[in-house]
Amino acid sequence: MTALLGSYLPIAIFIAIALVIALALLTAPFLLAYKSPDSEKLSAYECGFNAFDDARMKFDIRFYLVSILFIIFDLEVAFLFPWAVSFGSIGWFGFWSMMVFLAVLTIGFIYEWRKGALEWD
Amino acid sequence: MGLQALFFYIFAFVAIASAFMVVASRNPVHSVLFLILTFFNAAGLFLLAGAEFLAMILLVVYVGAVAVLFLFVVMMLDIDLGRIRSGVLEYAPIGALVGVILLAELIVVLGGSFVSPQVAQNVGVPIPDFAVRSNTAALGDLLYTDYVYFFQIAGMVLLVAMIGAIVLTLQHNRSVKRQDIATQVARNPQTAVETRTVKPGQGI
Amino acid sequence: MDGFFSTYVLPTLLMIGETLLLLVCLLLFIAYALLADRKIWAAVQLRRGPNVVGPFGLFQSFADLLKLALKEPIIPAGANKGIFLLAPLVAVTLALATWAVIPLNQGWAIANINVGILYIFAISTLEVYGVIMAGWASNSKYPFLGALRSAAQMVSYEVSIGFVIVTVLLTVGSLNLSDIVLSQRDGLGTMLGLPNSLLDWNWLALFPMFIVFFISSLAETNRPPFDLPEAESELVAGYMVEYSSMPFMMFMLGEYAAIMLLCSLTTILFLGGWLPPLDVAVLNWVPGVIWFVLKVCFVFFMFALVKAFVPRYRYDQLMRLGWKVFLPISLASVVVVAFVLKLTGWA
Repeated sequence: MTALLGSYLPIAIFIAIALVIALALLTAPFLLAYKSPDSEKLSAYECGFNAFDDARMKFDIRFYLVSILFIIFDLEVAFLFPWAVSFGSIGWFGFWSMMVFLAVLTIGFIYEWRKGALEWD
Repeated sequence: MGLQALFFYIFAFVAIASAFMVVASRNPVHSVLFLILTFFNAAGLFLLAGAEFLAMILLVVYVGAVAVLFLFVVMMLDIDLGRIRSGVLEYAPIGALVGVILLAELIVVLGGSFVSPQVAQNVGVPIPDFAVRSNTAALGDLLYTDYVYFFQIAGMVLLVAMIGAIVLTLQHNRSVKRQDIATQVARNPQTAVETRTVKPGQGI
Repeated sequence: MDGFFSTYVLPTLLMIGETLLLLVCLLLFIAYALLADRKIWAAVQLRRGPNVVGPFGLFQSFADLLKLALKEPIIPAGANKGIFLLAPLVAVTLALATWAVIPLNQGWAIANINVGILYIFAISTLEVYGVIMAGWASNSKYPFLGALRSAAQMVSYEVSIGFVIVTVLLTVGSLNLSDIVLSQRDGLGTMLGLPNSLLDWNWLALFPMFIVFFISSLAETNRPPFDLPEAESELVAGYMVEYSSMPFMMFMLGEYAAIMLLCSLTTILFLGGWLPPLDVAVLNWVPGVIWFVLKVCFVFFMFALVKAFVPRYRYDQLMRLGWKVFLPISLASVVVVAFVLKLTGWA
C-alpha cells in the first residue's frame, strides 16, 4: 500500500516542478519586456477589419456529435484496458464476453456510418 | 503515514472548495474549470485509497471526455448569464434533498463498519494483495467473467447512447456536395473520358 | 532527527534532483529538435535553414528564446485575462508532466507506476484543454475556429491511439512501461530461431498498428500534414493568433514536448525502448539510454520528413481518415490479435 503511494510521490514532485518552470516562463516577459499597449495592439485580430460582433458565436452541432461519439469510444477503450491486462487469466469465456461487447458497439458504429454521422460537410 | 494524511487533507479540501465554486462562480466556463479541478482531486483521493486504475480512468473519461463536452456546450452556446443566476435558488431545495440522501447513505455505510468492525471482512470478493496482483488485473479478472451481465448491460447502455446522440443531433445539409473517395479513385479513362469526332463547323 | 532526515528529506531531495536533471535535458533536447526540424525542412527544399547564430546555427533556439522573452506580451482587451494566461500554463505543464513515467533505461523512470501507459493516455487526453481554453479566452474569431477544429481533431485520433495501445497491451499483459519494453526481448524473431534482435520488437509483429500509431501521432500533435488548426492560409495561426511573446513560445514548447513524448512512446511500444538492436556483446556495452535517444531521434526524423514532404489534408478528409479508416482498422486488429493470441496460447 505505502509502496504503491511511494511510486506516485515522484509524479507529484515532477508536476510541481514542471508547474514552477512553466510559471517562471510565463512571468518572465511581464517582468523583463518593454510594454506600451495601445488600443490597436489590444484589439482582436481580424485581418485589418474591425470586428463586427462577438467572436463567441453558435457553431455546427457536428462538433458536439464528435465529442459525444468520442466519449462512447473512450469508454470502450477504458473497458478494454483491464481486459488486455488480465487477458491470460480469464480464458475463452472472458474473450467471448468482450467479443459480444464489441459486437454490440460495432452495430452502433455501423448504424452511425450508414446514417452518415461520420460525414463531414 | 503523515504524508498520506497530509495529501488526503489537501485533496479533500480542494475538492470540496472547488465543488462549492462550481455552484457559486458567476461565469459558467469558470464553473466547468472548477468541476475539472474537482475531478482531479477526486482522482487523487482514489489514488490514496489504492485504486490507481479508477483514478486514471476518472481522468481519461470524466476530465478527458465528459468535461470537454461540457466545456463545448458552455463555451460555445450563447448562454444568458443573468437567467441562469436567477434559477439557482429555485433548485436549491432539490439539491439540498439529494445532499441529505447522500449524507444518510454515507452514515449508514460508515456507521455499519463502526458498530461491527468485522463487517469489512465479509465482502464477497476480497481485494487481492497489491504486491501479488495489480489493481487493474484484479478488476479484469472479475469484470468479464463473474460480472458478465453487468458488463454486457454497460455495452447496451453505450449503444443506446450512441444511437440517441445520432438521432438527436444529426441533420443533413442537402446542398453540400460530398467527396466519395472510393468512386473517385475507381474512375479510369474508359469511364471518365469520352472521345468524339467533331465535324468542322457543326459542334456537338 | 537523523532518521527523519534519511527517510524523508534525502529521498525527496534525490527526487527533485532527478526531476530537474530530466527536465533540463528534455528542454535542451527540445531546443535542438526544433533546430533539427527546421534544418531538415530546409534541406528537403534545398535551403540552408538557420545558420547565423553560432556555428551551423546551433544557438538559434536559444536566441529565439531570449528574443521572445524580451518581446511585449499582449493580452487583448476583450480577452478573459485569467483563462488567457492559464491556457499556456496548462499546455506546458501537462506536456512536461507526462515525462515523469517514461523509462529511459532499465529502472530509469522517475516514477515507475503500475499504470504508466494509462497515465500517459490520461494526461495526453487533457492536452486538448490548453487549446480550447486559449481559443475561447482570446475572444477572437480565428482562435475560436482553430480551437474548435483542433479539439475535434485531437479527440478523433485519440480513439484509434487508444485501440492501438490496447493491441500492444494484449501481447504484454501489464500497464507498466518497463514491462512493455522488457516483453519485446523475445518475439517474432526468437520464434523463428534467430537470436534476440530488432526483429523481436513489436513493430514487425504489429506492423499495421505501428503505421496507424505513427500517423495518429502526427494528427494528435497537430503536425503537418494534419496541421489544420493552424492552417496559415485559412486560420492565420489558429488558436495561437492572439498570443505573443513568452505565452506563444509556451504553446510551441508544449507542442514539441508532446511530439517528443509521442516519439518516445512509439519507441517504447514498437521499437523496443532501450534494448539494443542485436544482442551481441559490443552493442550491449552501449548504455541503454543511448539506444533510447537514438530511436527517439529516428522517429523524430521521420516526423520531420513527413512535415517536409506531405501536403496538408482537407478537414473532411482528416475526419474521414480518423473515423472511417483508422478506427475500424484498429478495432478489427484488437479482435484479430486477441484471437490469434488466444488460439496459439502465446498470451
